[in-house]
Order: sequence, then structure tokens, then C-alpha cells
Amino acid sequence: MDRLKELFHNPRFRNALSWIALFGILLSLVVGTFQTTKKVEYIWRWEQIPRYILFKDSREIIVEDDATVTAIDRKGNEAVIVVQDYLDTEQYYTVPNNLITLKTGDKLESGQVLAKWDQWKAGLLLKGLILTLKISIISIFLGILIGLFTGLARLSNSPAPKWLAIGYIELIRGTPLLVQIYIFYFFVGQVFRLSSFWAGALALSVFAGAYVAEIIRAGIQSIHKGQMEAARSLGMSYYLSMRFIILPQAFKRILPPLAGQFISLIKDSSLVGVIALVELTRAGREIGTSTFNYFEVFFTVAALYLILTFTLSMLVQFLERRFAVSD
Amino acid sequence: MIDVKNVYKTFYSRHKVEALVDVSMEVDKGEVVTIIGPSGSGKSTLLRCLNHLETTDKGEIFIDGIPLTDSKTNINAVRAEIGMVFQSFNLFPHMTVLGNITIAQTKVRKKPREEAEGISMELLEKVGIPEKAGSFPSQLSGGQQQRVAIARALAMQPKIMLFDEPTSALDPEMIGEVLDVMKTLAREGMTICAVTHEMGFARTVCDSVVFMDEGRIVEKGTPEKIFDQPDNERTKSFLAQIL
Repeated sequence: MDRLKELFHNPRFRNALSWIALFGILLSLVVGTFQTTKKVEYIWRWEQIPRYILFKDSREIIVEDDATVTAIDRKGNEAVIVVQDYLDTEQYYTVPNNLITLKTGDKLESGQVLAKWDQWKAGLLLKGLILTLKISIISIFLGILIGLFTGLARLSNSPAPKWLAIGYIELIRGTPLLVQIYIFYFFVGQVFRLSSFWAGALALSVFAGAYVAEIIRAGIQSIHKGQMEAARSLGMSYYLSMRFIILPQAFKRILPPLAGQFISLIKDSSLVGVIALVELTRAGREIGTSTFNYFEVFFTVAALYLILTFTLSMLVQFLERRFAVSD
Repeated sequence: MIDVKNVYKTFYSRHKVEALVDVSMEVDKGEVVTIIGPSGSGKSTLLRCLNHLETTDKGEIFIDGIPLTDSKTNINAVRAEIGMVFQSFNLFPHMTVLGNITIAQTKVRKKPREEAEGISMELLEKVGIPEKAGSFPSQLSGGQQQRVAIARALAMQPKIMLFDEPTSALDPEMIGEVLDVMKTLAREGMTICAVTHEMGFARTVCDSVVFMDEGRIVEKGTPEKIFDQPDNERTKSFLAQIL
């Protein structure tokens, strides 16, 4: 009994026990999920998923009428074959350059296959992923810009910029993002004739900007005021001091909360599906409604979001390590 | 060089504090002046008013003939001519020592980087730590940091140097190295205005000493007079406490 007690107090034994527990929990999660799906009699069809990411599209070019090749015009990867039919009217066929076996003067028959090749095309999920990525990058970029200006305005001593900033931040933080997206789509989009993509991108940017502004404000305020005094005492203007002394230090400190905000933003971009933008989540829903493969589709969608957010996390960790040299 | 005329300053935080009351003083070119006094006597406030880190309520301050209190004055241009050294060093932690000394030269004086870095190295040589050029402030001792801060201020080739309790945050064994740099500057003819508790420095290096209490200049004169034959009772009791 004493030996057992002693063993249990051994830190290495406890560590090993903890690892075993971790693997046990993970294993039971996987097995549990598998068993649950068995209960609902769901037939897994994972093999259907890859084609929603990338699929092979077969293309054929067929000659319409009997004709003679009069010219082959090669341009980069493509070539235009000019043919003349029995009525002396010209027709054009565009085929990949490397598939051409014809030469000028060759006779073609109606129904003859001029060229046949396979082409890789992006499936709906990949298209959705690209749209999500595009709208997220634009909103992150604009969000930083809006947040920076609003954050600085919020710290201003003069009432106009300060209260405008406070009003904007409170307005955005106090209303649901979904409602903001609708307002940007139906109202702002109508007034300024925005495409639904830009209405969605701007709604997300304005939303992110308010949160980024508060993060940046907190970051600037966390820098000791002696830093600003030292910079100003060297004759540097407010702008120079902010640009070279305060903001670089603040940026280093706010990287973790900023990263959290942007990870949130990537996930929140799933809401722009409501304004007819087929981003990742909406793409998943559309595939689901037509194939009823909801389980596989949304597991895949989740995994794709995870790839985006995890990459961003890694990028920020890399930046944090870079900035840590002066510590 | 520095001309302070009837300056008033009151802080209103929680309760009213009269930091400066009718303060007037002059500092000539090349003169070394020390401001002494108990804590809360307004000496740091006075020093900070000299480069407009603190605004004044009433009165005028002229630096080299330029009115600081005039809103038309380009305050950045005046500040570039005044070096300031702080109690807490205030080095820029995200830059190397060399970067700290070089930044204002390139951004304010618009000097080419190579020339500015040359000047920075000479100044590091002068304060005795050229080997620390590539280090970050967090890797230096307090005394070394303060010497870098002095070099950073000198890099702007200022006409005046202000020292705000430069040795108060230092371990005793590091005070000497900072005072040595200050003494060298004084000997070279720099106009210096220093708030300090180092009475040895005040006595041996200074041309004149100003004693402040409760926002007022109580007494000023040569170090010999202030330290050996002070007129005012308040000065006597203060010196009796610290000497």
C-alpha cells in the first residue's frame, strides 16, 4: 500500500498517467461519435466529398459541319483553329495548344472530335473557401485601418473625434452583426450601389473596426506615458512619436487579442451567406440540401475553417516570437 | 538662455495643488543650475515646464529668446534644442541602444542614417559603453540605461540639458558613473538645469543652486552660500535633514 502511495506521488508517474488519460478521452470521443452515428442509421459517404473541392471536368470539342482548316493561330497555351465550311463561312474552335494534331489544309468531318481533355475545376466548397478567405483578408485589412484611426480618435482630447469614435464603437458593439449585414446589404448597398460582396466585406470591416479600435486604444494606454514624453522631448511630433515609438510597442502587446479578434472575424464571415454570397458555410448548406450528406459536408466545412484559423494562429505566433527579441 | 517670468501652475486632481507659485529664474549660457527641495515642492514641475511637457497657467518662459508660452511657437523645434533626461530613463524598449540614439536624428534632424549612427557611436564612446550599441535596453543595468538616455538627448546637439532626478532610480554603486557623465558635460560648457538629491554634485559642479518649497523659490545663490550660510529657516531645516 505504501509503495502504491509512493508511486502515485512520483511526478513522472503522474505525468504519464495524465498522458494516458488524455489519449483515453480522445479515443472515447472518436469511438463515441462513431457509435452515435450508427444509432441514427446514417450512411457515411465520404467518397462524395472530394469532388466538391476539386473535380475533373471532361471537355470535348466537336466539329459542327464538314470543313477545311485554313489557319491555326497559336496564342500561349491556347490555339484558335480557323476552318472554312462548304458555304465558305469561317468558324473558330479554341483548343489547348498541345493537343493540336492538325495542319492547314486538313479536311474535317461533321461530328469529328477535334480535341478531348480533362480539366481540374474548383468545387463548390473550394469556391466557398476562396470567397471566405477573400472577404476575411479584406475585412482584416480594412478593420485594422478603421480600428487604428478610431482608436487614435478615441484617445483624442478634442471632443469631436473622441465622441464620434465612442458613438461608432457603441453603435457597432451594441447591435447584432447579422442586422448590420442586412443594413449594409439593403440600405448602404442600395444607396452606394455596392455589389453584395462589397456590402458584406464592408459590413465585416466596420464590425471588426469597432473591436480593433478598443484593442488598439487599450494597447496605446498600456504604454507608459514616459515613452511619449521621452519621444516628444527629443522634438518628435505627435505623429512621429506614435508611428515610431508608441504604436510599435503597443502592436507587440495587442497581437494576442488582435489575433483572437481576427479568428472571430473569419468565423463571423459565415453570416454573409444571408446576402446571397456563397461563402464556405453557405456552400456547405447548398451541397447538403441537394445531396443530404449533411454530416460529411459540415465536418469538412469545419475542417476548412480550422485550416484558415489555425494558419492565422501560427502566423501570429511567428510574429510574436519575432517581436520577442527585445525582451 | 532660460528665462522664467512669474510662472504659476496649479493641478486639480482630487484636491487643488499649487505646484508653482510666482516662480522666476534665469539660467545663463553655460551655467549649471541645480534645483533642490523636498518632494512635492514643484521642482520637477518647473523642469518639465521648461520644455513644455507641462503647460503653465500664468507667466512666461523664454528659451533662447523664444516664448514657450506663445501658442504660435513651434514647440517641436524648441524641444529639439533641449535635451531631457528622466528619472525612469524612458528608453525605447523595442529599439537597440544604437536605434534609441539614432531615431530622433534621422526623423527630426533628417540626417542620413550612416552619419547619425556615426554620431551615436561617438556619443556611446563618450558615455563609456560603445560595446552596448547592439543591445536592447532591457539587457543593460540602470546606470548604463541612464547613460544611454543622456547620449540619446545629446544626439540632438541641444543647447540646454535638463536632468529630472537622473540618479534617483539607480542603485548606489551606479550613481557615480552617471554623475561623471554629467560632470564632463558641465565642464564642456553645456547649459544644465538639474533636479537632484545629489548634494555632492550640487556643491562641487554647480554655478548656482535654487531651493524650492511649496511651489515657491525660497532661496537661490552660489552653492557656497546656500549650503554654508542659508538665509531662510526653511532652507536650513531642509539641509539639516539631508546633509
